[in-house]
Amino acid sequence: MTGAATLRRLPFRLLVLAAFALMLAPVATVMTISVFRDEIVSFPPTGLTLDWYVNAWARREFARGFVTSLQVAALATCIGVPLGTAAAYALVRARLTGAQAISTLLLAPLAVPAVVAGTALYMFYLRAEFWLDRDITSTLEGLVAAHVLLTIPWTVRLVTASLQGMDRAAEEAAANLGARPFTVFRRVTLPAMRPGIIAASLFSFIQSFENLELSLLLVGPGRTTLPVAMLNYLEFRVDPTLAAVATVQILLVAILMLVTDRFVSIARTV
Amino acid sequence: MGSLLLDGVGKRYGTAVAVERVDLDVRQGEMVALLGPSGCGKTTTLRMVAGFVAPTTGRVLIGGADVTQAPPHARDTGMVFQSYALFPHMTVAANVAFGLEMRKVGRAEREQRVREVLRLVRLEGLEERLPRQLSGGQQQRVALARALVVNPAVFLLDEPLSNLDAKLRGEVRMEIRALQQRLGLTTLIVTHDQEEALTMADRLVVMDRGRVRQVGTAEELYERPADPFVAGFVGRCNLVEGALEAPGAFRATTGALLPCAPGSAALGRRILALRPEHIALAPAPSPASNGAARLKAVTYLGALTEYHLELDGTPLLAIRPTPPADDPLRRLSPGDAVRLSWEASAARLLSAEPTDQQGA
Repeated sequence: MTGAATLRRLPFRLLVLAAFALMLAPVATVMTISVFRDEIVSFPPTGLTLDWYVNAWARREFARGFVTSLQVAALATCIGVPLGTAAAYALVRARLTGAQAISTLLLAPLAVPAVVAGTALYMFYLRAEFWLDRDITSTLEGLVAAHVLLTIPWTVRLVTASLQGMDRAAEEAAANLGARPFTVFRRVTLPAMRPGIIAASLFSFIQSFENLELSLLLVGPGRTTLPVAMLNYLEFRVDPTLAAVATVQILLVAILMLVTDRFVSIARTV
Repeated sequence: MGSLLLDGVGKRYGTAVAVERVDLDVRQGEMVALLGPSGCGKTTTLRMVAGFVAPTTGRVLIGGADVTQAPPHARDTGMVFQSYALFPHMTVAANVAFGLEMRKVGRAEREQRVREVLRLVRLEGLEERLPRQLSGGQQQRVALARALVVNPAVFLLDEPLSNLDAKLRGEVRMEIRALQQRLGLTTLIVTHDQEEALTMADRLVVMDRGRVRQVGTAEELYERPADPFVAGFVGRCNLVEGALEAPGAFRATTGALLPCAPGSAALGRRILALRPEHIALAPAPSPASNGAARLKAVTYLGALTEYHLELDGTPLLAIRPTPPADDPLRRLSPGDAVRLSWEASAARLLSAEPTDQQGA
C-alpha cells in the first residue's frame, strides 16, 4: 500500500478505533476503579489495592447472590433453550397456520421493557399464590420461570436462523442413503441446529445472569440475585466494592464467550 | 442392481398437474435422461422414483418390486443432488460412509469400500477434509462417491453438472458416463441441457408441461422428432407453419413454397421441420431472381458459419461448414440474393399442434 492510500484510510481507522474505545470504556473504567484505594473515586488514585475484592467476598449477600444468579441462569437456560428450540423447529418446519403470529408472540419479551414484564409477573404471581395457596414470589421456582421468558426469544431467533440456513436436501440425502426419519433428525438436522443452540444457550445464560429489572420484584429475602444485591448495596454506599463485583461478573461472561467461541464461531452464528 | 419401471406415474397438486403420465422402462445398466425445460415435470418424476414425492397415479417398480408406497429410506436408490447436499459437519470419509453405516456394514468393510470408491472418483488423500474445504468439482465427486458406495439398484442424478463451470462440466460428464458404464448402473438423469443428455444417455425422454413428448435414442430424436416441440428442443431446427398443398409441396403461411418429403401424408395444416445444416446455399445471379432468398445476416463461428435468411417472408437459418477463402460464398453480404436447396427428404412434416416453443 502506498503512503497516500494509507493516509486516505486514516480517518476510517480512527473512527473504528473510537468506536471500539467507546464500547470498551465502561468495562475498562469499572475494572480500573475496582483496584483504586480511595473510597470516593478520584483520579489519579492515591494507591492501588485488592481490598474491595476482599470486602465483596466478606459481604455474604454478594456471594449468595452470585450463587443464586448462577443457579437461576443455569436452570432457566436448561428449561428455556429446549423449549425455544422445539418452538423454532415447529415454526420453520411444521407449516403451522398463524406461524407468523406465534413467532411474533415468542419474540415479544424482547419488546416489552423488563421492568414492565417484571411488574406484570409480580401481580400475576400474587394472584396465582392466592388461587394455589402457595408461595411463588420470593421462590427460586418463580424466579426461574420468569427468567425462562428471557431465554425464549433469543433461542427462537438463533435456532430459527440456523435451521433456515441449512440445505434441506441434506436431509433428503440421508433418507436416500437409508436413514429413518429419527436418524435423519439426529444425524443431520440436529448438527445443523447445533451452532444456534450453543449460541442460544450462551446468550440465554448471560441474559438471565445479568438481569436486574425482571428480578427486582420477584426476589425474596435470602434469595437475591447478584444484580439485585448490587443495587441494594448501592442504596447505602458507593465505593469500589461494586466495581470489584462487576469485574468478577464481566470476567465470568468473557470466559463463557471465549469458551463458547471455541466450539462455534459466535460472530458467524449471531 | 435392477431395472426401473414407471407405470403410468403421475402427480397432481390439487388441480395443478405436475406430471401428467410417465411410462418408462429403464433396463438394467441403461442410462436414461429426462430432458425438458424447467417446470416440465422431470425433477418431480425423479423425486417420485426416490420417494420424496408420492405419485397420485401409477406405480414405481425397482427390480420388479413395487415401491410406490415405500419411504425413501427403503428404496435402494442412490441420488446425486443438484446442490450435492453433502453433510457439512462430516468429513469426506464420514459422508461417504453414511450409507454403509445405515446398512449396518461392519467397520473394516466400510473403510475398505470408502477407500475404493474414493479412489474411483479420484479423491484419495482428502478423506479428512470437510465439504467446505473442497472445490465445487471435488464436492460433486464426494456426492457421486456417497451415492455409488452403497451399490444402489437405481442411480439418480438431478442436474448433477449445473453448478460446475463449463470446462469442468465436459470432463465430469465423460467421467460419470464412464463410471456408469463400467459399473453397469441403471441410471436416471435429469437435465435441461440437451448436450448433456445427448452425450451421456442411451435413451432420452423429452418432457414438456408434465407430459412425455418422445422417448428415443439421440439419433431418433434428432432425425425423427415426433412433434415440433421435440424438433425445436433437441438441436436447432427451422419450424415453418403452413399447409401441405400437394405431395412434396409445402406452402408456408407467409406464401413461400418449400419442397418436402413426398410421402403419402394427408394434405392440410402442418409444420415443416428442417435442420439448418441440411440447407445448401449458392449465390443467386440477380436479386430479383425467382425463388431466391435474401441474406439477412452472417455469423462466422470458425469451423461453421450461420446464415440468417428470409425466403418470401419466411425466416430460415442455415448452418454450413465455413467455405474456403476463395469460395464465392465467402463474399456474400447481408442483402444479397441466395439460392437455397435441400434434399426433399430432409424436410419433415410434423402435425401442427399448438406449441409456444419456437425452434431455430
